[in-house]
Amino acid sequence: MAGALQVRGARVALGGHEALAGVDLDVAEGSTVAVLGPSGSGKSTLLRSIAGLQKLDDGTVSLDSRSLEGVPAHRRGVGLMFQDDALFPHRDVAANVGFGLRMQNVARAEREARVRELLALVGLEGRERRRVSTLSGGERKRVALARALAPAPRLLLLDEPLGALDRPLHDRLVVELRGLFAEIGQTALYVTHDVAEAFAVGALVAVMRDGRIVQVATPELLWAAPADAWVARFIGLQNVEEHGATALVIRPEAVVFRPDPHGDAAVGTGQRDGPLVTLRATYDDGREIVSAHTGLDLPPPGTRVTVEIDPAAVVEVPAGAPG
Amino acid sequence: MTLSDKRLSPLAVALVLLAAACGGSSGGGGTAATGSQVVLVTHDSFAIPKQVKAAFERQTGYRLRILQGGDAGEALNRALLTKGNPQGDVIFGIDNNLLSRAVGAGLLDPYTAKGLDRVDARYELDPTHELTPIDHADVCLNVDRRWFASHGVAAPTTLEDLVKPAYHKLLVVENPATSTPGLAFMLATIARFGESGWQGYWKQLRENGVLVVDGWEEAYTARFSGAGGSKGTRPIVVSYATSPPAEVIYAKKRPTTAPTASVAASCFRQVELAGVLRGATNADGARALIDFMLGERFQAALPESMFVLPVRNRTPLPDAFRRYAVSPAHPLELPAAAIGRNRDRWIDEWARVTLH
Amino acid sequence: MGPGHSALTRGRALALGTVPVAFLALFFAYPLATILERGLTSDGGLSLPEGTTALVWFTTWQAAASTLLTLVAGLPLAWAIGRFRFRGRSLARALVLVPFVLPTVVVATAFLDLLPADLQRGVPAILAAHVFFNVAVVTRIVGGAWATVDARSEEAAAVLGAGPLRRAREVTLPRLAPALSAASALTFLFCFTSFGVILILGGPGRATVETEIYNRAARLFDLQAAAALSILQLLAVAVVLTVASVLEARAGDGGALADEGDVLRRPTGGRRVAVAGILAIAAVVLVLPLAVLVGHSLGSWHLLFEETPALLVEPWQAAVYSVAFASVAAAIALVVGGIAAITLARRPPGVLDGFVLLPLGASAVMLGFGFIITFDAAPLDFRSSWWLVPVAQSLVAAPFVVRIVTPALRSIDPRLREAAATLGASPGRSRREVDLPLVSRAFGIAAGFAFAIALGEFGATVFVARAEQPTLPVAIFRFLGRPGAESQGTAAALAVVLAGITVCAALAAERLGDGRGRGF
Repeated sequence: MAGALQVRGARVALGGHEALAGVDLDVAEGSTVAVLGPSGSGKSTLLRSIAGLQKLDDGTVSLDSRSLEGVPAHRRGVGLMFQDDALFPHRDVAANVGFGLRMQNVARAEREARVRELLALVGLEGRERRRVSTLSGGERKRVALARALAPAPRLLLLDEPLGALDRPLHDRLVVELRGLFAEIGQTALYVTHDVAEAFAVGALVAVMRDGRIVQVATPELLWAAPADAWVARFIGLQNVEEHGATALVIRPEAVVFRPDPHGDAAVGTGQRDGPLVTLRATYDDGREIVSAHTGLDLPPPGTRVTVEIDPAAVVEVPAGAPG
Repeated sequence: MTLSDKRLSPLAVALVLLAAACGGSSGGGGTAATGSQVVLVTHDSFAIPKQVKAAFERQTGYRLRILQGGDAGEALNRALLTKGNPQGDVIFGIDNNLLSRAVGAGLLDPYTAKGLDRVDARYELDPTHELTPIDHADVCLNVDRRWFASHGVAAPTTLEDLVKPAYHKLLVVENPATSTPGLAFMLATIARFGESGWQGYWKQLRENGVLVVDGWEEAYTARFSGAGGSKGTRPIVVSYATSPPAEVIYAKKRPTTAPTASVAASCFRQVELAGVLRGATNADGARALIDFMLGERFQAALPESMFVLPVRNRTPLPDAFRRYAVSPAHPLELPAAAIGRNRDRWIDEWARVTLH
Repeated sequence: MGPGHSALTRGRALALGTVPVAFLALFFAYPLATILERGLTSDGGLSLPEGTTALVWFTTWQAAASTLLTLVAGLPLAWAIGRFRFRGRSLARALVLVPFVLPTVVVATAFLDLLPADLQRGVPAILAAHVFFNVAVVTRIVGGAWATVDARSEEAAAVLGAGPLRRAREVTLPRLAPALSAASALTFLFCFTSFGVILILGGPGRATVETEIYNRAARLFDLQAAAALSILQLLAVAVVLTVASVLEARAGDGGALADEGDVLRRPTGGRRVAVAGILAIAAVVLVLPLAVLVGHSLGSWHLLFEETPALLVEPWQAAVYSVAFASVAAAIALVVGGIAAITLARRPPGVLDGFVLLPLGASAVMLGFGFIITFDAAPLDFRSSWWLVPVAQSLVAAPFVVRIVTPALRSIDPRLREAAATLGASPGRSRREVDLPLVSRAFGIAAGFAFAIALGEFGATVFVARAEQPTLPVAIFRFLGRPGAESQGTAAALAVVLAGITVCAALAAERLGDGRGRGF
């Protein structure tokens, strides 16, 4: 049911450039790792290589300590949930979900029972006979998930599965997925470009850039100590100041603006994102600093403030390769 | 249990097809069962009633297969193409216009058929017996008697009549390059007016509004006013001496007299011959078939199946043919050798005078 | 792209691709090469006969003019049938196909009846007959593409201020460009190699390259000139096909495609009148010759069941033989064409796609001759075998199967195959479970089409057919050549039977396809 994934030195060249430039990654049995990175960083290529849909130019992929080299995609026992679902349009829900079981030559009665079980798991009881074309976006995702899970893959790969969904549905599904994986002990590798999603889903987050993994850490560690300035900016730490070979990163929640008519900065417009309010202040010398806090009070734009920074929240990181 | 990954190999399909072919099935040529069938190569106008075919098969024990396509010239060309390894055993349909190309070309094996003694000498066009005469049907002008009666004009009786103003725009002929009767008619004019006069004749015909079409089907069934069911407007056409009886027999309502008639003075001799192909797989069968074709049964069936007249003396004719088919004693003729030598040149000259 | 890109690995594709190539090599290239060699090794070699330039000129411009007129006639019909949903749409689509598959001898005869006397022969008649035959090509290809052009692009253009003419030029036309070039190329090819129409309606002395090849080979037995002209024709056709496929490939995909269900709508207001008008005119023009045939056949139907000296079987049996041969031919065409389509679909549209139609550019009489002299000795001694007839017919039908099935295969989302692979389906299993159901519709259309084409095929059949097993076109031709009203009536009745079977086959294919598909 669960398997441990090990990727070492994966290299793939596509169309003249290196899509994967030596990737090392570990996913422990039963855990979920999120791969986070901008478009073009190689996330999808990494997934496809693990699934066997893309040949590696160098490096190895092992599942449960056994190398998958030379094993064709249909024998890897690796499930894949696609970005655009890729449901079989000519079959109904039950046939889609049961497809993998059919490939394993599971007897019909057992197959039907498992399909029922999975549909219940994803909250689609009773929808066996529905035509795929009549499903809503959320329902399609659930069917795609059920289908990928049905053959009990040792490893489940998810390729930006929740893109293009409306916000409440998106958020709800993220929580559901996380719970589901924990409940069934599924090993999963979850690829996304959305930082919040990665943080919500993954026990560990691997940040990818230009075909390489630049940091693997828990969301908390990532937030507290990003590997370099680029990672800091990418995950949303906006207070990054380069000084030569290093940069100073200040967590916004550790910055407080105290209204003070003699302060050295002026506040700009604020922005609310759920429970958090983000405020930007400009120093007299032009530098900017961002503060984030909960609460309901927003000083009007232009208010002069003193900037208070918790020194424990200041981290020095390498400037890293130019972004 | 579901099947393993089994795919009907396309190669297997191809092999099966090939095997079926070589296995001979129903009528593969070559190795299988050649002794029991006779293959006749002929043109599109060949026809044989089922009972007559069955009679042949009963009498001789050979099955008769027929390969037909195109007109007589095309059938001969196909035989020439496969000289030495012919598609069939007998070729039927070579006429006097094509004789010179077929005889002495290494295409045929001579055979003196049984029953030749009962054939009138004038049909014996090939003294070497590579070809045996089977039927004759002179190519003559046909006129629509009803049309002429209703218009109060006398129907033409000679070739010379056709250039008279009274017959302006009344004649339809076929292109000698593409039609056997068309060729025969052109040869008739050459026979009648000689090398020096025939082109002038055609010039006059052209001035008198002659309509030229490519084939007999179009000329007769679409242009000739006398053909049953035709919307044609021209009452004079180049056709066969046996067309008038056909109009009687195949009319929707049987008329009392023939609606059309042949112009005897315009008839050009047309004899059809058959021969054994050299290299035939079943030479015995071929000879048996030719004998049968000269026999009473086959000869009697000729008029109603192929609209031609028998060459065997004293063969009973169906009523309509007896009454309305002409068989002039001295139709227009040209020596086969002359036709063979000059045919292409004559056709080119004809086209220049008549078409361009 | 990795191995998951297509269900076929490179090695397997190569192996599979040898099947259609071997088939074509044996039954097309080999006989053709044999007869050409025969001709070219006689005196004269490659020299072309006198008057070839004028011949080529006439062939080309009549084909170009026919194509232009066909586009003019076909585009309104393509618009009406392609864009709108109305009752009887399937029937209309099926009927449009009938002229295309009817044997030319039948149609030409009907035309002779309809046209006034002085227009019956000559260029106008030829052009009219060509339009009649080929309007189906434009209607179905362009109409099919039109149905899938996303209406939203046109709406976007309208909102941005483009009037109807501007929209047509800037939005619709580019989207239809590949379909238009495909339809034009196909029509040009058919008119260029047109045979029966020229022969019957052209009048004496009128000739194209194709009829001249026939004249030289079959009538004059001048194999040298026939061979030289055949090579010329093949080269010309190859050029046309190359140009067409380059245009098609460059025009690309045509842009975003919508599902047909979204785009088809009932016509309203002015559109309604226009659609009705176009359909009415088309009905009259297309149905009139068929009505003439029906008229001629009245009173002769009982003759179909009577013995006749013209055929060795009762005429109705020709229908049985026709259906039997056409079924076998369609099966062969589906197998060979289907395999070719699978291998072609692996790559994007290119020059190779056009060359699929090359067999249609070869002269039927040369091919027939080739059959006779090539398959005359063991181990290839099958020139008298019954199955050579369906093989000859399949050579004409298979290119259409390829053209219909290939786009359908190309349009399969590769992700579906990948999904199947990750769910444990081997490449072969994946092809069966994913590809097959998705192209079954296209296959159904292709089957119906191949059947109809094989049914009406005459040129090559006539060389290998045997008198005991006549097909409908052969039987019709035989009756047309006999005097007497009865024979003519029987020919017309058989022609109506042929048309009827064709309509049924086309309708069945429509049913299977739901009117979908961007191919032919």
